[in-house]
Amino acid sequence: MYNDKVREVFANPKNVGFIEDADGVGKVGNPTCGDIMEISLKIKDNVIVDAKFRTFGCAAAIATSSTATEMVKGMTVDQALKLTNSQVVEELEGLPPQKIHCSVLAEEAIKEAINDYKSKQK
Amino acid sequence: MKSIYLDNSATTYTDSEVLKEMLPYFGEIYGNASSQHFFGRDALKAVDRARQQVAKAIGCNPNEIYFTSGGTESDNWAIKGMALAHQDKGKHIITSCIEHPAVIKTCKALEKQGFEVTYLKVDNEGFISLDELEEAIRKDTILISIMTANNEVGTLQPIRQIGEIAHKHGVVFHTDAVQAVGNVPINVVEDNIDMLSMSGHKFYGPKGVGVLYKRNGLRIGRFMDGGEQERNMRASTINTPAIVGLGKAIEMAVENMQKNNEHIRQVRDYFVKEVQSRISDIYFNGPKDMSKRLSGNANFSFEFIEGESILMLLDMAGIAVSSGSACSSGSLEPSYVLLSIGVPIEVAHGTIRFSFGKSNTMEEAKYTVEKLVETVNRLREMSPLFKTVKGEEKYV
Repeated sequence: MYNDKVREVFANPKNVGFIEDADGVGKVGNPTCGDIMEISLKIKDNVIVDAKFRTFGCAAAIATSSTATEMVKGMTVDQALKLTNSQVVEELEGLPPQKIHCSVLAEEAIKEAINDYKSKQK
Repeated sequence: MKSIYLDNSATTYTDSEVLKEMLPYFGEIYGNASSQHFFGRDALKAVDRARQQVAKAIGCNPNEIYFTSGGTESDNWAIKGMALAHQDKGKHIITSCIEHPAVIKTCKALEKQGFEVTYLKVDNEGFISLDELEEAIRKDTILISIMTANNEVGTLQPIRQIGEIAHKHGVVFHTDAVQAVGNVPINVVEDNIDMLSMSGHKFYGPKGVGVLYKRNGLRIGRFMDGGEQERNMRASTINTPAIVGLGKAIEMAVENMQKNNEHIRQVRDYFVKEVQSRISDIYFNGPKDMSKRLSGNANFSFEFIEGESILMLLDMAGIAVSSGSACSSGSLEPSYVLLSIGVPIEVAHGTIRFSFGKSNTMEEAKYTVEKLVETVNRLREMSPLFKTVKGEEKYV
């Protein structure tokens, strides 16, 4: 049911882990729903210089975590805030309809991490 | 690449000896078994032989065997046929909450038509309570339908005692024995069974063919309307090659049951022990007493990770298993069977069913353990839950 791209990203995900001195961390989802995504960001001069993830979830959740963290690296925080789940899905060349919520989770985790960063700036 | 099949509860391959028996009935002996000419008579002879093979395997009369399209049709027919034919006597049915969807959804459909259904709870190994069963029987109870063996966690229900209780109260007993036939000795008379469903492809026969055993004298409605096949009880042209295959398959399965089970148990028990000793934070679901579960079944929940991810990594390593979480089917609800036996919902998401068959080897089990250890470690490395539990606060 997954395309080759999703399978490939799932089998070889990038950015697995946690940035110990992260500037922003976002954790979304719920274990009872079977999905938790945690994204940590290292931010310098408003630019995301590193992003890592830890995810409990299905192959789509892991693939979107990898892709989303890969996409935001090098973006300014404002650019990253505009990242949508459909862009992540597009980068993965599509997801099965029932798995779209995983990409929404990735978008939310990025947003939460950036909001965490912003709240610390104040 | 390896190709290891550990999903024998989903389906089995058609045994080559079975296939060999079937082939002529696609080709030279193609007659319609209902036709009166010699083409038809040759086909009918084969169908009659299969009927005898099935009857012998479960200890009944050949004229108590009705061929169907599979387990689902047999379950539907038994339950709906019984309900519709006996609704003047009562409209109450008893079943369990871990039945196959073919039974549960059939009961749900009947509820919409005014029937009342009691779904018996099960304990944490999947067993119903005989006391609760007896208490649930009412004056208007017309049917008890309890599966012989559970498809997910392998629980073998005490069907003989269930049948005894049913008969003590004059209630008809149906059992979905789709997972059990060929793996567990069944005698419908000794086991007090009035109706039994089975499916050919679960015991090395072909797909698309099943059986409903119905005790003579028990009246149920027709399910398929049309021609007068199967003693005017189940219309549709007789599927001769598939029926021939099912007959041969059940004969072989019963003949070799002990030998096959000994081998399957040895491989499965080795696998279970290895997994339990090498992987931490797991649930072994279903009966702990191995004599009370299907010989090939091993069902594990791996904490902190999700079943579909495990399934996919094993798939990439050449190992075919089945996941107990329904995330793969689109809903976020994990299996109702696991929840019914008390597996916490977040743990149930990380469930895999390994079902061993007669051709699986020790080498395959060993390779699977290695790959499984790798897979679980790898996914746990990725899981935010694992770190939290192992390191800092416990995740609740």
